[in-house]
Amino acid sequence: MSQQEIEVILSRHLAECLAMPIFIVNPDGDLIFYNEPAEAILGQSYTETGTMPAKEWTTIFQPLDAEGNPLAPEDLPLMIALREHHPAHKQFSIHSKDGVARDIDVTAFPLIGQADRFLGAIAIFWESRK
Amino acid sequence: MKVTFWGTRGSLASPGTDTARYGGNTSCVSVQGDEDTLIVLDAGTGIRNLGQTLSSALNRVDILLTHLHMDHIQGLPFFAPLRRPGVEIHIWGPASTTLSLDSRLQKYLSPPLFPVSVRELAADLHFHELPTDVMEIGEFKVNAQLIIHPNPTIGYRIQSKNASVTYLPDHEPALSGRTFGTDNAWTSGYRLAEGANLLIHDTQYTEEEYRKRLGFGHSSIRHAFRFAEISNVKHFAPFHHDPTHDDDTLDRMFEKTIRDMRPSYHVTPSREGLAIEVHG
Repeated sequence: MSQQEIEVILSRHLAECLAMPIFIVNPDGDLIFYNEPAEAILGQSYTETGTMPAKEWTTIFQPLDAEGNPLAPEDLPLMIALREHHPAHKQFSIHSKDGVARDIDVTAFPLIGQADRFLGAIAIFWESRK
Repeated sequence: MKVTFWGTRGSLASPGTDTARYGGNTSCVSVQGDEDTLIVLDAGTGIRNLGQTLSSALNRVDILLTHLHMDHIQGLPFFAPLRRPGVEIHIWGPASTTLSLDSRLQKYLSPPLFPVSVRELAADLHFHELPTDVMEIGEFKVNAQLIIHPNPTIGYRIQSKNASVTYLPDHEPALSGRTFGTDNAWTSGYRLAEGANLLIHDTQYTEEEYRKRLGFGHSSIRHAFRFAEISNVKHFAPFHHDPTHDDDTLDRMFEKTIRDMRPSYHVTPSREGLAIEVHG
């Protein structure tokens, strides 16, 4: 069995201790971990789903831009951070599986480990201020 | 391969009559291959005694540093081969994000902390920064991976043709969170330790001490035994004994843990002078 990199393990441990929804993806964009607050957004638990491929998780919460148009997966901050190795921030709305529509802010940043190893990216979700 | 323990103590050298059996010198272990390749794991105070035993005909030594905390490098300038012209010394260890390995070592090996600088040592020194891919050192393949311990810290797996030794002297896998012991893919050090013929691992704290020192980067004895179990190792050598634990305390700790946990693998608590022949 392969083992996650140590920086990823510690990121998950931090995410498990925080109250903000946090998503962690590997360099391929697969969702390798999300914490309990993030489970409310996805409407699924990590224990049930395990790792999710990028194609699956990017559409699950139906992101919409300010005009109400569907947001392409590649325009999500997490995918931008992954592609450009640079932080990204965006405001959009989601309609998650729990049936609740939310306006959210998402900040994503690349995860770069010791010796400049690129390990994936992390996104943090906030409910937008009204 | 032959594994010899030259220093088994953690944090601080602790010589004295009450630590004489397990030893007071800090971390240093040698691994000698069947074709005479010599690898030295860490350069705590135990490395001085190792240096005294090495032949003057020796022409290459590879020192693999896990990290640069003082108990793992303090013996380095007292390692005799460093003062011999013509001896190739390869030092492997972690850089930081801002400083190279040799710059980090020079912080200790320079005045006022030490009177002799790295440049004044007679041996032919080579520095190699980790982590990197699997490297080959003589007859060995060595895997070096980051593990959980404050500041960049490397764990090693040394593989010969027919046996493997994993060295994780300062390691707190329980900080992997609730996945520790249940999901090996999320357990620090697992990849290095899986199926090893010999695991040398941190057992610095009792359970009570661990609760007070969570996050210090060391393991409770039970966590270490559990890590050995999930890693399916064949032989386990508890290591990095706390300087406050005298010989009788260590005897009691190991006897009780073995009695309570009934490990499926062989256990030999490490002590200074112990040598183990490791076979596949």
